[in-house]
Formats: sequence, structure tokens, C-alpha cells
Amino acid sequence: MSNWSEFLDTYQSAIIDATWLTVQVACISFAIAIVVGIIVVSFRVSPIPPLVAFATAFVALFRNTPLIVIMLLGLFGLGDVGLVFEFFPTAVVALGLYSGAYMAEALRAGINAVPQGQAEAGRALGLGFIQLMRYVVIPQSVRTVIAPIGNLWVANFKNTAVASAISVTELTGQSQRMFNDASAGVWRILFIVAGIYLLFLIPTGFVFRALESRYAIKR
Amino acid sequence: MKTLNRSSRLAFAVFAVFGLLLAACGDSDDNGEGASGETLTVGVKFDQPLFGVDTPDGVVGFDAEIAKYIGAELDRPVEFTEAISANRESFLEAGTVDIVVATYTINDARKEIIDFAGPYYLAGQDIMVASGNPLGIEGIDDLNSADVTSCVVEGSTSLENLQSMAPDASFETFGAWGDCGEALGQGRVDAVTTDNVILLGLADESDGAYELVENPFTDEPYGIGVPKGSDLRCEINTILQKAYDDGDWAEAWSNTVGTVASEVPSPPALDNEGC
Repeated sequence: MSNWSEFLDTYQSAIIDATWLTVQVACISFAIAIVVGIIVVSFRVSPIPPLVAFATAFVALFRNTPLIVIMLLGLFGLGDVGLVFEFFPTAVVALGLYSGAYMAEALRAGINAVPQGQAEAGRALGLGFIQLMRYVVIPQSVRTVIAPIGNLWVANFKNTAVASAISVTELTGQSQRMFNDASAGVWRILFIVAGIYLLFLIPTGFVFRALESRYAIKR
Repeated sequence: MKTLNRSSRLAFAVFAVFGLLLAACGDSDDNGEGASGETLTVGVKFDQPLFGVDTPDGVVGFDAEIAKYIGAELDRPVEFTEAISANRESFLEAGTVDIVVATYTINDARKEIIDFAGPYYLAGQDIMVASGNPLGIEGIDDLNSADVTSCVVEGSTSLENLQSMAPDASFETFGAWGDCGEALGQGRVDAVTTDNVILLGLADESDGAYELVENPFTDEPYGIGVPKGSDLRCEINTILQKAYDDGDWAEAWSNTVGTVASEVPSPPALDNEGC
């Protein structure tokens, strides 16, 4: 096999399937990360000590553990105590929790960026914690978290590659399988794979930049 | 003269020790064809279950047994040195070791650099299943079905062999063979397929949870590496033949690999070309 058309004839459908799987893992795990991030950060900034402790522990645990360890733990670790989950859900949930920890920290940074005086003014008006967050803090912090969330989306998308370690044959996993066909040329395989990641991530970079300028604080 | 300060003395001591080490290494420049009584330095694996494992009681395993037998026949005391796959040829070329008995597959590329005595064992890609073999898998043909899920490591030769010999096989891939063992233990896959030596190690560590089908479908002849052109090659072949004939080979097998594998294989024919 010495040219591109032969390579594509052989592997086109496998590459498309793998790309679709990558997109699925990326989108579902990112949705989980957003939900987890919002829940954890609201615990973290809440006035209730046990919730703060839980949120702090959650972030410490998932942010300081390598993703591959979390995935293997979710698969084989839980499997060893009788909780045998399928490969795909395990990968998606593990990645979602991992990115969720980062998401919580990104959101917390956004909340902390709102000057203390704003919260004090809200409290002086008689707002409760929920109202204070909803009408004063969150609308102002959204502006500062768009860029970090964009970074997280990119990181999360690329981290889907780790799912190949637990037999989810997404793009990177598929490329590893193709390595065996030496005649396909390792450089050609990696070139295509890298190209597909870029194809997805560069446009989303533009989307986040547009959002950023739209919601930016006009100074 | 002022006495040297503390760090200068330390540096001096480090250099002195280093020099002694170099001198000690330089002594072993004999080329392996030592007289009787001289130490036979053997490169073995220190981490290959059942073949060569470094324990507090010395190196144990099939390769170690074979090396000890050769040493006894040559009337030379055996000294083991750890050989990893990547440094086996260079150890022989540099004279760091006299022979290498380290799950060492004979192939033409290696024969350009060194010589092989043997083969003393025919390894090959085999299949590992849960104990009792619930699906009745007997060989590679039984893996060639969508109903049986195999496990292999990404990018491995074993995967390549599986895909070419059983094109309809369904399989899962992981990053390491230990993961495949775990997946088999949790019922995520029905079979693991790779070199029987790796599988025997996994089966050994599983406390009887896994067993081998013992029907290898590729040939990996293991040889004993000796320096290029060394007389040791033919001497060792004579010794191996004796071990085959008087049952010591089978005994070495039974005491090591045989604790996991059920059948004692018949020893492979020696390559005596040029002896």
C-alpha cells in the first residue's frame, strides 16, 4: 500500500467510525463535566461545611489522579468488587468526573473574580445565598469563565484518547490498531489522526473566542 | 599543606570507587571459552515468571535450570547476570556474559550478530481461558467468531497474528497483558491470546483462575545465545542432547513451567549444522 487512495479505501470506514466514537465520548463526558462542575462548585462556595469538605475532597481526588488510573480504577477496580460496567460508559463517566473537577475549579475562579463588595451589596439588599448567586455573582462570573471552559473543552476532547486504554476504540485507539498494518505507514496514520483532532478543535476555538468577545466586560 | 576540605575528599572517594569498579569490569574480558572451573556467566531474565525470576534463594525458573545443567556439565560454576531483551546481543558481543538463556527467540537478524545453541524450547502464541474452559476453546479457529471475544494488547504482534489467522474474531484491546488477565477474570472477554510464556506467567499468578489451551499456533524457538563463532555452541548442543536423553530436560520443565502447564512437551530437535 503506497498511496493515499489505497490507504483511504482500506481504512475510511474504520476512521469515520472511530471519529464518531471520539465525538460521542467528548460530548457526553463534557456534558457530565459541566453538570458535575456546577454541583461541585456550588457545594464549594456554599456556607454549609460538610458540602464544602465534600467538594474540596472531590476536586483534590480527581484533579490529582492521572486520568488513566481513574479509567482503570472505574473498569477493573470496581469490577473487582463486583461492579462490572461496560467499557464505553466507564470511559465517559471517568472522563466526565475528571474534567468535572477542573470545571469546578474554573467556575470557582470565575466566582472569586467577582469583587467581594458585590456580594456584600447583595446581602445588604436582603438577598439570600441562592438569590445572591443567581442575580449577582453568576451573571458576572460567566464572562470570566468562558475562556477557561474553552480550554477545558479542548483538553477534554484530547483526553478521549485515554479511553483507548480500556478498549474504547476511538480515534487514537483505532490508529494503534492500524499500526500493525506496517505497509499503511505509521506517519500516514498519525498524520490523519492529528488532522482530524485539529479539524474539530480549531473551529471550536473560534466559537469560544466569539463567545468571549460577545460577553466580555466592556472596559 | 592544608588538608582537603570535606567536599573535595568526598569527590576523591567517589572517583576512587569508580576507578575500582572500572578495573573490576575490565577483568572479565575472556571470551566465554573458559577452562573447567572458571565461572560461567549467564545472562537470564530476572522478571520472567517460570523462566527466570530473581528470588532471595537465587534465580529460579526453566531457563535458570537449563543454565545450571549446562554449567554442571561444563564443570564451571554458574553466575547469573540480569539480561533484558534489549541488551542480550550487546552483552554477548562485549563479553559481559558467556551465554544468554533468557527466553531468547532464534531469528535471522540475531544470527548475524551471535550464534544460537538449541533450540531447547518451542514457544508460540497460545490461548488462555478461564479455568474449566467454559466455551470449549481448543485453538485459533475457535476464536474466529463474533461470539467469542478475545483480548490482546494494542499494536502487538499477537494482535497481528490474530487478525491474519482469525479474521472474523471479535476482540478488545488494552495497554498491557495484565489488563487482559484482569478482563478475563471479570468475564469481559472469553480468551487472551499471546506468547504462551506470557500467558503461563499470568496463569501462574492467577491462583488457578486461568488455564492455557496448550495448542500454540505460531513457532518461537528459544535458543541459548553464545558469542559469534564460539565453540560453546556445539558443546552446549551436546549437553542439551544429553539432557533430552536422560530426562533432565523434562524434569527441569516439570519443576518450573510444568507447575502451570499440564503436559510436558517433547523437546525440539537441535540445530547441529556445522558441529
